[in-house]
Amino acid sequence: MYLIISAILLPFAAAALIPFIHNKLGRLNIGWLALAAPLSLFAFFLYQIPAVSAGRTFKETLHWLPSIGIDMTVYLDGLSLIMALLITGMGSLVILYSIYYLSSTDSLPHFYAYLMLFMGAMLGVVLSDNLMVLYVFWELTSISSFLLIAFWYHRKNSRAGAQKSLLITVFGGFAMLAGFLMLHMMTGTFSVRQIAVELTQYTSHELFYPAMFLVLLGAFTKSAQFPFHIWLPDAMEAPTPVSAYLHSATMVKAGIYLVARFTPVFGGNSAWFWTVTLVGLITLFWGAFCAIRQTDLKALLAYSTISQLGLIMSLLGLGSAAIHAGDSTEGAIYGLASFAALFHMINHSTFKGALFMAVGIVDHQVGTRDIRRLGGLMAFLPFTFTIALIGSMSMAGLPLFNGFLSKEMFFTASLQVLDMEIFGLGNWGWIIPVIAWTASVLTFVYCAIIVFRTFFGAHKPEKLDKIPVEPPMGMLISPAVLAILIVAIFFFPNVLGNHLLRPALSGVLPGITGAAPHIEAWHGFIPELWMTVGIIVFGSILFISFRKWKGIYNLIPAGWTFNAAYTSFLNNLEKNSRYFTSSYMTGHLPHYFTYIFSFFVFVAGGTLMWSGAFHIDVSNDSPLSVYEVLLVAVMATAAVAILFAKSRVSAILLNGVLGFSIAIFFVLFRAPDLALTQLVIETVTTVLFLVCFNHLPDWRKENSLKHVKVRNAIIAVTGGLTIVLIGLSVNSTDMFETISSFYENSYELTGGDNIVNAILGDFRAFDTMLEGLVLFIAGIGVFSLIRLKVRKGPKNDEN
Amino acid sequence: MKINDVILKTVAKAVVLVIITFGIYLFFSGHNTPGGGFIGGLVLASAFVLLFLSYDVETVSEGVPISFKKLSAFGVLLSLSSALAPVFFGKPFLSQSFGYFDLPLFGKTELATVTVFEAGIALTVVGVVVNIILSISEGTK
Repeated sequence: MYLIISAILLPFAAAALIPFIHNKLGRLNIGWLALAAPLSLFAFFLYQIPAVSAGRTFKETLHWLPSIGIDMTVYLDGLSLIMALLITGMGSLVILYSIYYLSSTDSLPHFYAYLMLFMGAMLGVVLSDNLMVLYVFWELTSISSFLLIAFWYHRKNSRAGAQKSLLITVFGGFAMLAGFLMLHMMTGTFSVRQIAVELTQYTSHELFYPAMFLVLLGAFTKSAQFPFHIWLPDAMEAPTPVSAYLHSATMVKAGIYLVARFTPVFGGNSAWFWTVTLVGLITLFWGAFCAIRQTDLKALLAYSTISQLGLIMSLLGLGSAAIHAGDSTEGAIYGLASFAALFHMINHSTFKGALFMAVGIVDHQVGTRDIRRLGGLMAFLPFTFTIALIGSMSMAGLPLFNGFLSKEMFFTASLQVLDMEIFGLGNWGWIIPVIAWTASVLTFVYCAIIVFRTFFGAHKPEKLDKIPVEPPMGMLISPAVLAILIVAIFFFPNVLGNHLLRPALSGVLPGITGAAPHIEAWHGFIPELWMTVGIIVFGSILFISFRKWKGIYNLIPAGWTFNAAYTSFLNNLEKNSRYFTSSYMTGHLPHYFTYIFSFFVFVAGGTLMWSGAFHIDVSNDSPLSVYEVLLVAVMATAAVAILFAKSRVSAILLNGVLGFSIAIFFVLFRAPDLALTQLVIETVTTVLFLVCFNHLPDWRKENSLKHVKVRNAIIAVTGGLTIVLIGLSVNSTDMFETISSFYENSYELTGGDNIVNAILGDFRAFDTMLEGLVLFIAGIGVFSLIRLKVRKGPKNDEN
Repeated sequence: MKINDVILKTVAKAVVLVIITFGIYLFFSGHNTPGGGFIGGLVLASAFVLLFLSYDVETVSEGVPISFKKLSAFGVLLSLSSALAPVFFGKPFLSQSFGYFDLPLFGKTELATVTVFEAGIALTVVGVVVNIILSISEGTK
């Protein structure tokens, strides 16, 4: 039974069905139907918890390209399960919320089809064991994210944000692909678990570090780590349910997942430890620092997501030290960080999801997200206020909310670094708790901004378009569920810890026992508690005195931001490539033929010359018959006559003579398939010429300079010569072992007598399939080129 | 200028049937004798092209309500999905299989999955060729 693979395919099937059934539903919102997919999948994955927490894992394989080691192998362990639950659980809540959030004028079938596409791709990422399959799903998440960010594509900012996210994440994806290929070159397998076992032998291999950094590049771009974080704030142009789902709860956690999944592969290496930890810490600090200055609530949440992702990333870095320590007391102590990472990942999804939905409600009911226009909404939106308050306090790490527990573990993990003597931590270890604490103070400040600027203070009705009222019940259900979870996890953390986090941890740190702690809220008056107290005190002071110190944001010159660098890079790229392209794409056909034939002569002819493949031996050839001599004479006459043709029609007809003569040659050489194909192609081409006739400019004598003519003549003659030489050499040499004997068994192997078709449809069917695809793309290309020209000036879609 | 094309139209009506029959024959015969998906598709396409040439686009579209764009997309999907199908039966991507069956009327007949794959190719060829010729001829107006 392929249950897990079916679970991955279900959302794809739903995405394919949605466009066909949405018209038949009448007034029923298609979202209700879409909701069924994540809900049933959530139930399915819940059902797997007992088995997985008992230590069982599930593996299913579908053969895809077994000859090169690419199979659709899915592997369900604790780590995959926790991600799958997150994807389907948050997916259900977000779809429920979106039913009320989106207006009926939006194109709902597109929205839900894209969302389903994303969900399937994301499930594929977290469940695949084969790296190539994982890569395919990984890029699919980027593409569906692109489509969802640009959902309101009539807005210029949406399109720009979608483009930015696609460019950055796909850039990282390519890097990751290169890293995967290097891993394959070292270990000879694409299976992550196999690589984790085998890579220990290759730590001194020259590809080890390139592979590590390339894989990390993929993870960092996807999870918006510094300095690739710039795409995430721009992605906030997406509808809020998308931001809550893709850009805080799931897709940006794909990078986190990848780092966790690769911890058994690279963990225990000092470069991995420092890179992941430091990049995470810098992101944590920078995200929190930038969040404070934002005036758009969603942008603020975006930066806070960046910051929290940095926190989780740094925890995974710290936890990787456990692999170095091995299965010992030390290993168990260091492993706490990885446990905290998984715990905080869940907590972050709950509180950030609740906050995004609350901000979405504010935006939906008030008409703005700008905190300069908001204020005093507590009286109007009491439910939303409560949800936002719970979410913010959890994010700030205050007690009674789940964020407190994981934040405290984060401090414990960062303080443990002071006792570590590995990886050169003795001298520089102190930097980690310092950054962690400072960033947490800043986190407190922006959490206070969300709550106080939006819900307290004076109400400013003159700046608002609408009178705020609470939204419909349905919109409040999802954030309320998350808010309840935030509190429930604080009081019963070990339900989560024992059944989900402990089995997940064994996927991150296999073989290290005892790293999963019993989660407790109260440990006595330990340093971590005083750190939290310090955060509240200093955070409050900074929040109150914000006006006095916000000048430091102006210290960074405007041209020095990463965004400015990205924009200027893109502009320069566009300018230079346009300059380069227009230097040779002249729109003049003779130029293009010059390029094509010179390339052919130099590369094909040159290679054959260089490898000594030119070898002419006519001794084995059959004697020439009268027909062949006559046909050659006809063809040569026609070819020469084309040069002197006075009108286009005669040139086309003479060209037709060449084509039909070739068909006759095929008949002479007993190749009826080819003759038939050639005849029909010749006929269809003639019709094409006829319909093109009106497009073509007047036929005039070529009037170019003498040296151009000479050059063209040389290219033409050498091109023809190369073809003739290749034709003669192919028949005379046997540089390669012949493979034709393989095709002679076509009847036994394929059941068909026609070898040509056995090759096309079976032996080399991959080529045929892609040729069909290329043909289709060419057809669509011709169609759209001509249609665009006919319409004369595309419809203006700008704002 | 109005051309008197009664002869062309009358001949086309009869010839198109012959061409289509021949195209279908070529498609099926390709397994053991000359023919196949590509050439069958091309011949079928030439039948449609002949129709479009002898009548005008509107008349033909009325009689043959096929969207050739959708036809080519369907063809590509058909060949891709026939390539993917064996994966679900534990075989590698693009595996083809065949068997011999006793059918009424036909007697002992060979049925092969490659026919589905080739049908996809044939439909793609028909769709693309007609689509390109139609687009270009529309552009001339």
